Amino acid sequence: MTTAPLRNRTRVLILLAAVVLLGAVGTGAVRYAADRSADRDRARPGGPVVTRGAVSLRAPASRELVFRNMAWGPHRDEIATVPAEHPDGPRTASGVHCLRFHAAAGTGICLQAERGALQDTYRAVVLDDHLRELRSYPAAGIPTRSRVSPSGHLAAWTVFVSGDSYAGTDFSTRTSIVDVRDGNLRDNLETFDLVKDGRPYRAPDVNIWGVTFADDDVFYATAATGGRTYLVRGDLGARTLTTLHQNVECPSLSPDGTRIAYKKRVPGASEDAPWRLYVLDLATMAETATAEQRNIDDQAVWSGGADLLYALPGDFGADLWTVPADGTGAARRLLDAAVAPAYLG
Amino acid sequence: MYVADSRSSKAPAAPAASRPGRREAAAEPAPGTRAARAAVPGTVLALGTVSLVTDVSSEMVSAVLPLYLLTGLGLSPLGFGLLDGIQNGFSALVRLAGGHLADRRGRDGAPRHKAVAAIGYGLSALCKPLLLLVHTVPLIGAVLAVDRTGKGLRTAPRDAMISLATEPAHRGRAFGVHRAMDTAGALLGPLTAFLVLRTAGGPLLADGGQQHGYQAVFAVSACVAVMGVLVLLLFVPNRRAADDPGTAHDPGAADGPGTAAAPHTADGPPRLRDGLALLRLPNLRRLTLCAVLLGFTTVSDSFLYLLVQRRLGLGTEYFPLLPLGTAAAFLLLAVPLGALADRIGRRRLFLAGHGLLLLAYGLLLSPFGGLPAVVCVLVLHGAFYASTDGVLAAAAADAVPAGQRGAGLALVGTGQALARFACSLAFGALWSAVGGTAALAWSAAALACCAAGAAYVLREQPTAPAAPAAPAATRTAEAATAPATPGPTDPEVPS
Repeated sequence: MTTAPLRNRTRVLILLAAVVLLGAVGTGAVRYAADRSADRDRARPGGPVVTRGAVSLRAPASRELVFRNMAWGPHRDEIATVPAEHPDGPRTASGVHCLRFHAAAGTGICLQAERGALQDTYRAVVLDDHLRELRSYPAAGIPTRSRVSPSGHLAAWTVFVSGDSYAGTDFSTRTSIVDVRDGNLRDNLETFDLVKDGRPYRAPDVNIWGVTFADDDVFYATAATGGRTYLVRGDLGARTLTTLHQNVECPSLSPDGTRIAYKKRVPGASEDAPWRLYVLDLATMAETATAEQRNIDDQAVWSGGADLLYALPGDFGADLWTVPADGTGAARRLLDAAVAPAYLG
Repeated sequence: MYVADSRSSKAPAAPAASRPGRREAAAEPAPGTRAARAAVPGTVLALGTVSLVTDVSSEMVSAVLPLYLLTGLGLSPLGFGLLDGIQNGFSALVRLAGGHLADRRGRDGAPRHKAVAAIGYGLSALCKPLLLLVHTVPLIGAVLAVDRTGKGLRTAPRDAMISLATEPAHRGRAFGVHRAMDTAGALLGPLTAFLVLRTAGGPLLADGGQQHGYQAVFAVSACVAVMGVLVLLLFVPNRRAADDPGTAHDPGAADGPGTAAAPHTADGPPRLRDGLALLRLPNLRRLTLCAVLLGFTTVSDSFLYLLVQRRLGLGTEYFPLLPLGTAAAFLLLAVPLGALADRIGRRRLFLAGHGLLLLAYGLLLSPFGGLPAVVCVLVLHGAFYASTDGVLAAAAADAVPAGQRGAGLALVGTGQALARFACSLAFGALWSAVGGTAALAWSAAALACCAAGAAYVLREQPTAPAAPAAPAATRTAEAATAPATPGPTDPEVPS
């Protein structure tokens, strides 16, 4: 550090040279990233055929799969449908952009980003059967999960609330449920009374996410506190959450209401990929591992009573895979470049 | 020359004391300019610029890191807060080492403040491009730990350089200027990050795959961090052996040969033990005690914002704006309150700042709600930072001899940081036991008690009984009279 002192002009010249050089490197990095991102707006040869068309959430003539289309091209990120029997067939894109989506009985819930001048804001939009906006609610962070009750009367969503830029890395989740008929909004399920292992429980670190509905009053979700996750049974009328089982995240109730598919943190797995897909029998609390051996970070969807549908990272962001719920068989890819699926009809 | 003349006539005594005068003196600026720079020395502006640029870089990364970890790597939100807390505690301990190393002298006899600070800033700059290369959680954790180590290393030497470059009478304002620039960087960082993300294609959400935007943020952040290190190396003057006490006599310097009274011998390098021996200085001991005492009752920012949101009924979508409110108030008030500290006494303003925090707690506990209450709480919170953060460093600088400035400042800062960490843990436990509002009520009561205790400990001491080992006895009394006539003689030199 004891070099001969530089002259002022030399210092300024060095600084200017560095500004030019580093500015060029920074600009280059941003432009390179922008180029790579812009690729996503150009259709790839060999990718699925996507055409603009009318999409209805009301029971179609034959069973359909609705999802967020992730294939590169002009309809990327739009809600699209394919016939459930021909998942490789041409897709019909609706023109409605959603990050997360779910639908049942003619009601859709769509979590959208609105581009602001500097920062994205998010909102949860309730859609009618023609994907028209019925109601919308501001969301406090990045959308992660969404569900509609089987009747189409209730919609739930979860977002990540990133805390403050001071502390930097603090964040948590927030889950809301709305009755789409009268707009009755439960903004934050953390305000419900939590009963843990039979006793009332309060802690500042409680997080709730991943609602799945049984009917218009009972639902299941994940509760996390003290570094553990629990399956909770929620009662909307009584505003309570009751723990049922440990180490359950992102539950998904089977259509007959007897089993729950979920991601389980398995011991020994790598810390950044700890989750495997399991099924819990609610009557016996017996856990069954599915044949899917990879890390699953999604809230699975039941395809009828036998198979599970879930997203895994893929070439275009995410692909949809399917595996039998009873632990037999093997996982297979159902749909390329798609995420957040739901069955119609 | 009319303007310069009229300005110089207002501050006739200042130029002679111009601290970092080496560069300015060589360039022979107009007398008026020199008077202005004497109040806020070039070293302080240079260090403020370094902090501003570095904060832009580091806050860019912290703004997108949660997103990146969650969506890019699928990390669970749990446990991250604790990891963050542990790393902060670690950083506080590294600060002690940084302060100690900075006070040690090189072969030429000069202290190594700039070298240690440069290593600290350099380590953090090195971490940004590393983020482009590592993609697993343990490795990212390791990179962040190195980043915090750099932050810990640089803090004490940087504050020591600010204090040594400034006349004692103007230290409050100098630290205010530095903290304002630092906070401006913290505000600009997230904005820059989101501009980069926007240009590079926007953050893509929990779907895996696309991470180009984040890579661009890390790359730009690395470039900005290198700029910060470069500004430090080019524009912050090296302290020379002749500048410092114990090795040479330079009566014109703000920190003259005052080290004779320091606990370590003037010839040998300060040993690690001497760092703790600094607590034998009554004024430093009192200040550290008060910083720790008050740190124990300072509820962490995250908890405070959570309470603001819940108690005052703020929409959750505004939650991310709360820290910006505090930072904006801090930015605007840091300089005026720093100058006020120079006039009424730093320890007095430090105490008054905690009074403002107590007011904020009181407002949160009161039946008032809505936007006006939110704004008041945030302004009070920002004013609390503006009247305590840099002011504490200025007050601590008064109490430590120049030769051990780094270690002394680190001691106070580390004490405060560890106490706040302990408070965070305790407050979390209290919150789970009795609820947020009751926990805040307890904290407010504890803060009132600790503030009263601190006021007693920090009460004006008559100069005589203060141990002769402390050359900086009661700084407040001098500070109150000094600004009018910042003479060339250093008040810190015992006569």
